[in-house]
Amino acid sequence: MATLKLTNVGKTYGGTVDVLNDINLDIETGELIVFVGPSGCGKSTLLRMIAGLERITQGELQIDGRVVNDIPPAQRGIAMVFQSYALYPHMTVRDNMTFALKLAKKSKEEIDAAVSKAARILQLEPYLDRLPKALSGGQRQRVAIGRSIVRDPKVYLFDEPLSNLDAALRVATRIEIAQLKETMPESTMIYVTHDQVEAMTLASRIVVLANKGIAQVGTPLELYERPENEFVAQFIGSPAMNLLAGEIVETGPRTMVKLVGGGTAIAAVETQAADKGLKVNVGVRPEDLTSVQDGAPYIFEGKVNITEALGEVTLLYFDRVGDNDAVIGKLPGIHKGLRGTSVRMTAEPDKVQIFHNGQSLHYR
Amino acid sequence: MDNIVGKKTGLAVAANLTVAILVVLWLIPTIGLLVSSFRDRDAISATGWWRAPFSTEQTFRGRGDTETVTQDGALFILTGNVFDDPEVAPSFPDGPATISAFGTRGNNPGEYTAGTTADLGDGEALLINADGTYRYALPEDPGSRGPRYYIQAKTPPKFTLSNYETVITAGGMGQAFINTLTVTIPATIIPILMAAFAAYALAWMDFAGRSWIIAAIIGLLVVPLQLALVPMLQLHNQVGIGQSFLGIWLAHSAFGQPLAVYLLRNYMIGLPRDIIESARVDGGTDFQIFMKIVLPLSFPALAAFAIFQFLWTWNDLLVAKVFLPSGEATKVMTVKIADDLLGSRGGDWGILASAAFVSIAVPLLVFFSLQRYLVRGLLAGSVK
Amino acid sequence: MNPVFQGLLTILIGVGGIFAYFVLSNMLLDKVLFPAKGPNASRNINRANLIRPWLFLAPTIIALSLYLVYPVIGSFIRSLYNRSGDQFIGFGNYSSLIASPDFRTAFMNNVLWALFVPAVSTFLGLVIAQLTDKLSWGNIAKSIIFMPMAISFVGASLIWKFVYAIDPNLGIINAIRASMGLNPLDVLQLAFWNNFFLMAILIWVQTGFAMVILSAALRGIPEETIEAAVIDGANPFQIFMKIQVPQVTGTIVVVWTTTTILVLKVFDIVYAMTGGNFNTQILPSYMMQFMFRDDGRATAVAIVIMLIVTPVMIQNIIQARKEMR
Ligand SMILES: Nc1ncnc2c1ncn2[C@@H]1O[C@H](COP(=O)(O)OP(=O)(O)O)[C@@H](O)[C@H]1O
Ligand SMILES: [Mg+2]
Repeated sequence: MATLKLTNVGKTYGGTVDVLNDINLDIETGELIVFVGPSGCGKSTLLRMIAGLERITQGELQIDGRVVNDIPPAQRGIAMVFQSYALYPHMTVRDNMTFALKLAKKSKEEIDAAVSKAARILQLEPYLDRLPKALSGGQRQRVAIGRSIVRDPKVYLFDEPLSNLDAALRVATRIEIAQLKETMPESTMIYVTHDQVEAMTLASRIVVLANKGIAQVGTPLELYERPENEFVAQFIGSPAMNLLAGEIVETGPRTMVKLVGGGTAIAAVETQAADKGLKVNVGVRPEDLTSVQDGAPYIFEGKVNITEALGEVTLLYFDRVGDNDAVIGKLPGIHKGLRGTSVRMTAEPDKVQIFHNGQSLHYR
Repeated sequence: MDNIVGKKTGLAVAANLTVAILVVLWLIPTIGLLVSSFRDRDAISATGWWRAPFSTEQTFRGRGDTETVTQDGALFILTGNVFDDPEVAPSFPDGPATISAFGTRGNNPGEYTAGTTADLGDGEALLINADGTYRYALPEDPGSRGPRYYIQAKTPPKFTLSNYETVITAGGMGQAFINTLTVTIPATIIPILMAAFAAYALAWMDFAGRSWIIAAIIGLLVVPLQLALVPMLQLHNQVGIGQSFLGIWLAHSAFGQPLAVYLLRNYMIGLPRDIIESARVDGGTDFQIFMKIVLPLSFPALAAFAIFQFLWTWNDLLVAKVFLPSGEATKVMTVKIADDLLGSRGGDWGILASAAFVSIAVPLLVFFSLQRYLVRGLLAGSVK
Repeated sequence: MNPVFQGLLTILIGVGGIFAYFVLSNMLLDKVLFPAKGPNASRNINRANLIRPWLFLAPTIIALSLYLVYPVIGSFIRSLYNRSGDQFIGFGNYSSLIASPDFRTAFMNNVLWALFVPAVSTFLGLVIAQLTDKLSWGNIAKSIIFMPMAISFVGASLIWKFVYAIDPNLGIINAIRASMGLNPLDVLQLAFWNNFFLMAILIWVQTGFAMVILSAALRGIPEETIEAAVIDGANPFQIFMKIQVPQVTGTIVVVWTTTTILVLKVFDIVYAMTGGNFNTQILPSYMMQFMFRDDGRATAVAIVIMLIVTPVMIQNIIQARKEMR
């Protein structure tokens, strides 16, 4: 129902502390945008600026084409779900849900209709007359969501809504939110999390925040397959992408890199002749690595220090490779007896990234 | 903590004992006054209050009854019962007691055991039996004034409500009670309302100069209020408020502000930020957020301060004396007690004690019924 | 008119008046001046929000300025004038105070009070809080210790006058002395030590306050830290001193300073017990002695009191500013 446009948005606390700089972002109607990033990178700050809870110190925010920098939160047509749920402890579930509607002086019929609809969607009907303290964590979370649904906002804002739930409940609620989104295809949602699984599963597009700015915006798969920079490459995916230092030795539609540790990597990344001799980092995800027989070309050879058998996969922790001592491989199935042995690993060229000065050569 | 294995019992005993001793120490002064308030003047000066619950050996004195005089040879004999003596009888309203000893000299009133005849020389002899009957033999005619004797007898513990009667029926006490309520109720509610709004503004609203106002209020916590009495009374007189209930409400409300704002702000700032922001997103103005969210959630702190302010205004003597007219119609209980009772009957401990208890009865009641709020409110207000 | 009815009416007017102020002024702001409707709704809301803090604060600020700030400033000015207030004498009142042995006695006694009373009542409060927490009858004990808080200082003085009475049939102290064959003693005339007998009264009143707050703080300590110490082999005393007390130092400081401030305000006890005789004067009661008689001096004493509390006050302000977001 709504579009958002952030133009050069920034936040400075007390005139000196820069938290965010130059955020440019366009959000379309019906999108579910997820802000991810390490803790303290400004995700909540950005969300709260969109909500109007935090003053926008630089730049401009538009909702539906209208500049809302100076519009108070209640007038922006947004609803917010807080990490702590922020339920009013002295009000019943029903009163919590109707509070905003009553303040807006909606008619009794409208209020009743909205509440019963939200309660039905979220299966809260049996609890409407309870106080929040008599609900479980998951139920409280649903009330918090219900409270925003009844207002029928243009934009839903979620600030780490699942991080207070235990693991099993988190998965279940995540799926509920995804389903909820499907029942309301027109609504625009912005969802903050530091959990990349939530980001990957829920988002139509992910915004990765780092170093006071946006590191990359894209669909989950774009971020996974073609990270724009080393930060995103390492932030998305678990275990993180391996980065190995090297030097470009052959250019063209495919690029060959000679690695410090002795191996060579071929990447499906186009380079120019002038790039020859460029110092780069080769990025390859642990799950894309495969072991090779002696004689075949390999990206690196490393001694397996530790193995972790997780059942469906086995993680290999390599001893120092080149100048990187945190190289990890992830092989499907169970591999006994690899510990202590030396293994050569390689990967498909289109799974290999090349970064120069932290930026992917793919996006030049 | 309570379930930890192998706790030392010796320590628990020591803790119990220490607390018990402290509690007794704390209670003794009040109990002393409480017991004394139920004793009459004579009992208080005769024995310590700690002996009040026990029968006490007391000394009484009387005179031989000269109406019964008979002559036996050279001797004049007086007989009778000491408990019929008009000097002794009022001390034994419940009938005769048992006499343990008697004497004839004030400085040694228990010289002879009851039932034995005391030979006093010159044929003079006195016999007082345990049941009070006596026989006094005198060598001369006693005339109309019988000879002195002293007896010692156990008196049962005796308590009376007469002190309370005196205090409560003292003219205008009912009016004073109403006046005190008229002072304390608004002087409790008004400052709380003022302070709650101010505390909310200082905790959750953003405006220039906020931190300076907070600093100023903390600074004002330490101003001795005696300072303000004279200039404010002058001001009240100038603007026409004069000495009146309105004046004392204003004074109490103002003097209570620093502590109230300080406590309430500390409490409110501890409320979850998310809840208040959520209400803001829901479309509440600060006034609505305050009334519908913050005020109900701050109940413990409000109650804690209300108790403090109530106790303070109820117990106040100084402000009431300065800001209220001195006429009967506006006297509050503390003034009434201080002026009318303590002033004229300063020496009567029984009256003093019961006056003290009349004035602290309501605060104690309020305190004991509301103390759990006090604890909760203080907890949030000062534990940071 | 029936006094009960009249009382009720006055109460209603007083309480209703202040309530009406808040409701009506906010209504005026939201409905009349800056209605949250129409094309300018957002601008109006923002403007209303600029004004609203001051609506909320106005009664408090006015009351404080009139009843506390103005008297402080007025008193300072008054303290620079002579007894009748018609002649400016600079710091004359202050120098004559310093020259006066009575003032010096009161000052020294007050220092004694300010050191002793907060220390003892905080210490006792802490110990009692800790001990009662583990007792089954702890709450009863706490109520008893806290009870004197409900009694006025004059009432408390009366109670203790009784304890200190010379007559062994009245005062329990002299009764105990008498039972040991000692002569009755007026503890309030005992040079130097009489101060401590007066302080005992304030300690008796104030320990409950310290206890309640500290017990709340002690209960706020994470249980795990204590359990960890138990496993580490600390004995209860060590746990108390090394684990619990350090975690409530902040609260101890609050209690201590609050009591210190109180000590410098309470005149009633000395006033009622000794009238400042026998070298028991303290500054607040010393000030009362001059009040209405020599206001120049009285206000000078008040200013001295304020100066003494200034460090505590500054420390409080710094603390509060640190805690501010
Ligand atoms: N009021 C404030 N003053 C100064 N810095 C702040 C303030 N609030 C937040 N910050 C800083 O802004 C940064 C971003 O915070 P936040 O948006 O909460 O991060 P997160 O991404 O974890 O949600 C943090 O480094 C935090 O320290
Ligand atoms: Mg956050």
